[in-house]
Amino acid sequence: MALPPWPTRRTSLAPVPLLGLLSGAGFLLSGCEGAQSALDPAGFNAREILFTSWILFIGGAVIFLFVMALAVWAVLAKGDRFPGARAWVIGGGILFPVVTLTALLLHEFALARRLVTVAETPALTIEVTGYMWWWDVRYRRPGAGPEEPALRSANELVIPTGRPVELLVGAADVIHSFWVPSLAGKMDMIPGHVNRLALLAEKPGLYRGQCAEYCGAQHALMAFHVRVLEPEEFDAWLAARNRPVTRPEDPVLARGYDAFFTQGCQSCHAVRGTPAVSTLGPDLSDMGARAGLAAGSFENNVGTLAGWIASAQHLKPGNRMPSFNVMDGETLRALAAWLESLK
Amino acid sequence: MTLQHEGGPGSGHGGPAHRTLPSPLPRPEEELRTLQRVWRMPRGLGLLSEVNNNVIGVMYIGAALLFFVLAGLLALAMRAQLAFPESALLDHDTYNQFFTVHGTGMMFLFAVPVVEAIGVYLIPAMLGARDLPFPRLSAFAFWAYFFGGLSFFASLLFDAAPDGGWFMYPPLTSYEHSPGIRADFWLLGIGFIEISAIAGAIEIIVGILRTRPPGMTLDKLPIYCWAMLIMAGMIIFAFPAVILATALLEVERVFHWPFFIAERGGDPLLWQHLFWFFGHPEVYIIFLPGAGLVSMMVPTLARYPLIGHNLVVLALVGTGVFSFGLWVHHMFTTGIPPLSLSFFSAASMAVAVPSGIQVFAWIATLGKGRVQWTVATWFLMGFLFIFVLGGLTGVMVAVVPFDWQAHDSYFIVAHLHYVLIGGMVFPMFAALYHWWPTLNGTLLSERLGRWAFWLMFGGFNVTFFPMHITGLLGMPRRVYTYPGDLGWNLLNMVSTVGAFVLALGVLIVLADMARNAFGRGQPASDNPWNGGTLEWIPNGNYAVRSIPYVTGLYPLWENPNLSREVQAGAHFLPGAPTDRRETIVTSPIESKPQYLMPMPGPHWGHFLAGLFTALHFLCLTVGWYLISILPALIAIASVIWWLWDLDTGEDHPPQEVGGGWRIPVYVQGPSNHSWWAMVVLLLVDGTAFACLIFSYIFLWTVSPDVWPSDPAALPGIGWLGGGLLLLALAALSLWWASRSLGADRQAGVRLGLLLCFLFLLAAAVGEGYAQIQTGLKGAESAYGAVTYMLVAWQGFHMAVLLLMIGYTLARSFRGLIHARRRVTFDNTMLMAGYTVGQGAFALLLAHLFPRLFG
Repeated sequence: MALPPWPTRRTSLAPVPLLGLLSGAGFLLSGCEGAQSALDPAGFNAREILFTSWILFIGGAVIFLFVMALAVWAVLAKGDRFPGARAWVIGGGILFPVVTLTALLLHEFALARRLVTVAETPALTIEVTGYMWWWDVRYRRPGAGPEEPALRSANELVIPTGRPVELLVGAADVIHSFWVPSLAGKMDMIPGHVNRLALLAEKPGLYRGQCAEYCGAQHALMAFHVRVLEPEEFDAWLAARNRPVTRPEDPVLARGYDAFFTQGCQSCHAVRGTPAVSTLGPDLSDMGARAGLAAGSFENNVGTLAGWIASAQHLKPGNRMPSFNVMDGETLRALAAWLESLK
Repeated sequence: MTLQHEGGPGSGHGGPAHRTLPSPLPRPEEELRTLQRVWRMPRGLGLLSEVNNNVIGVMYIGAALLFFVLAGLLALAMRAQLAFPESALLDHDTYNQFFTVHGTGMMFLFAVPVVEAIGVYLIPAMLGARDLPFPRLSAFAFWAYFFGGLSFFASLLFDAAPDGGWFMYPPLTSYEHSPGIRADFWLLGIGFIEISAIAGAIEIIVGILRTRPPGMTLDKLPIYCWAMLIMAGMIIFAFPAVILATALLEVERVFHWPFFIAERGGDPLLWQHLFWFFGHPEVYIIFLPGAGLVSMMVPTLARYPLIGHNLVVLALVGTGVFSFGLWVHHMFTTGIPPLSLSFFSAASMAVAVPSGIQVFAWIATLGKGRVQWTVATWFLMGFLFIFVLGGLTGVMVAVVPFDWQAHDSYFIVAHLHYVLIGGMVFPMFAALYHWWPTLNGTLLSERLGRWAFWLMFGGFNVTFFPMHITGLLGMPRRVYTYPGDLGWNLLNMVSTVGAFVLALGVLIVLADMARNAFGRGQPASDNPWNGGTLEWIPNGNYAVRSIPYVTGLYPLWENPNLSREVQAGAHFLPGAPTDRRETIVTSPIESKPQYLMPMPGPHWGHFLAGLFTALHFLCLTVGWYLISILPALIAIASVIWWLWDLDTGEDHPPQEVGGGWRIPVYVQGPSNHSWWAMVVLLLVDGTAFACLIFSYIFLWTVSPDVWPSDPAALPGIGWLGGGLLLLALAALSLWWASRSLGADRQAGVRLGLLLCFLFLLAAAVGEGYAQIQTGLKGAESAYGAVTYMLVAWQGFHMAVLLLMIGYTLARSFRGLIHARRRVTFDNTMLMAGYTVGQGAFALLLAHLFPRLFG
């Protein structure tokens, strides 16, 4: 199945000249793009917010420059040549802000309304639960009852373009915050609460998100990806999820499969269709298809995965996964290879 | 009111305005010598026992600057770590401790203390008062803060520093996810600033309302004092929320009472509401004093009275009021319903109006005047640039959808540093250069000052401006590392370079201060910038030679001879008539002399109390609960020692203070300054209790299911009736004690106080037992936790009353209380009366609420 390529594009901020940084908001025009940027929207929410942001940046820059020019004039001009006194205070301090802020408020209310109503009848509901420091993901079929088991994954969401998606976000331990700047604003994940984030993706691609609420030791290494597919690709992807995983024929992969169980991986992880059903740790049923490893912390391939299994505590100290450094190299590679074969 | 006023018609209201000066010249020679003798500063180690605001204020500012430097060094370490992606300079654990201590230190151990410290130093001088009304309280607050702050920073050395971020959101910071003592160190650091902030607020409010010079009616109050008055009022209503929040968190950590644990009916959002109900006003608690300093310096430097003075006062009041309606804008992403968000969004924008009024008032004043270019002027221009930019990004983040992107990203890091460094640090450095001559009669170097300004201004913008973009490019705050392929590398490197430039600027200021302290400062004239307010009158440790009669907002501009008259002793209280430290207490609105307050002098009690209070809390923090009793006892004994000789009664006849005013040396009842302080303290206390009631109701709305639905699970209604009866008896006993004191029947006073305490105690213990016998457990559910918290809150007040009533009884037995010397008794009565009311309210809530809504 054709998946969008692993993003190799590098953001192009380097040419932004230092002087530009200091000269007001104009520098923002220099086009920053990135897989995790509010300035490079790929969804309805982020695009709408960016439009309003530009109103704020330009309006703010104009007001700022005016006030600064006035201040410079005030200190340079002779007192009798500076017109008005209290008039400035009343006009600039009261009338102007009241008028502009009222207009801004009306604009804001309309925007907020558009954003929260974007998925009134969602085509897809995804429950995302934050753990220290990874993301549990469950897809619910539209109209499915609570008894129907959800399709489980971790650290990566796959969503279609053009269809409203409803995310129900919660947390299992401490407060986290779900943020994919390219698609939408953030929503906190709070123990005891289920918050709703409605979004509509517009451009296919791979986007990066990150936990935005400080959540302890490895907050910095709690990222994830959102893979946005064309609707028909998405449907195909979803349909393929029902194939259970079986013990592979290939001897190397089979060795990896066996190692998974002899090492006790199933006590935390689940792989669809196998005896591994634990929900303590991330579901690994499509491990090989994911862009990132250890919650978006590293690139995902056989080498990095083997390294992660052997030294998880060294790479992301304090996370729940022990370092499995007692396996021989061959078994370790086989295990990693088998996991990478799960797509 | 026992004001005795002698003098013909016209000499009272008109006072000395008609060139008849309040005190006839020349003054007798021994008068100044007496003044100097009673106000003499102790030498050597004895300086630690001094209470004079000139000394305490300077030490206070010095300590705050020390913590500023320490917290700043942590920021440099963090910037060094973030200079490169995936850098290994600091590990995650160190980094997380650093940003927590940086934020906590800057907000709680630098910003709030330094604005209060500047107030301690400047307010009496601006009011022509000899000192603040409770000098030993300020000194105690300073020492507790100093030792507490040092131990807070020292936790870094033992790898025991808090690592939960400066707003310490549970559940991350509760016992399950933060075992060990790190989070407790945060609570320790906060504990001290709670003590010193409230002590400072009491000083400032009573000082500004009751120790103004004659003639300085409220409309002639210098604008800085307005700012400080409002700031102190905000402390009174904001700090209780964080006091309660920290108490709840500590109780949850120690006893596992689930206030913030969702599985047992608690809610992490309760912490956020309480914390930000404090935390947002906190920002203005820091900014208003800065704005007040600016509003003083701008007219002086522009040589023109502040334009729109009354509007600026209104703007300060408006900021104070609005700031309590903004706290939810820190919670726009917590899933609160959009309708509520709209309200808080509108309120957050509205607060831009008072800031706008001030900015345009300053600009218009600069425009009308002829500006003198001093270092302070440069810092003020830098302040305008930074603050206006920070204010504009503030409007941006008030727009809810924009905040959904900006929140908790580097955009917010940029915004908050723009408003805090712009709104407070730049004005503070301007003030440092501006008012330095009042400290030792010399100037800081104008040349070094300009270097410092340009390095700080440039460094600041290079550091923080790029962070707006870093945040929009998706970088969250509080990350110890970041991947190299997201476009953040250059921006972070630029920020790091800027931070070191900024630090270099601060270093130059410190070097300049050190150079000056070693006698290299250029001597200044008495009033080098030609300021118009009273702090520019030359003074000694006794403050001004005589307390001036004030006729306008800029007394020194309106009467160019005023400074000479004051120095010659021609105004009020030119000496020390009762041969001790004293100042004039005036009426709150019209500022008419009411009585001559004796002021406590140097003492070791407050110093020891501060030291041992810090030790007590330190012992609690590291879990030495039993040992902690010892320093607590020493601290209490020290407080009693410092108090014992105060409340002297009318030990001198009424004294002549000039202008025909003969005023008593003691008043009691509602015009006594100590009564005022007690009322302010009870406002704090009552607000904390109101926050507890809010918590009770909030937890019920979140988890009504953990509230008992069956009245049989509650204590019988008889417990409520019995409790209320005991409280009524306590009130009756208190009333009887008060009446007995009026008739000088000491036996009645003693028995009444004792009974009052016993009835209150019986009510508190009875309520505790009533809840325990139902089998309710605090750790079981949020209902149990908050119900026992009501009991514990009343229990804490019983401990306070044990001390206060015990102290009052002791004074009664020593014959130090009688019908005309009852200030101590009155204070105890206020606290006991409040405790009765609070107890009744708690009982009604605990027993009726579950029955009505369970």
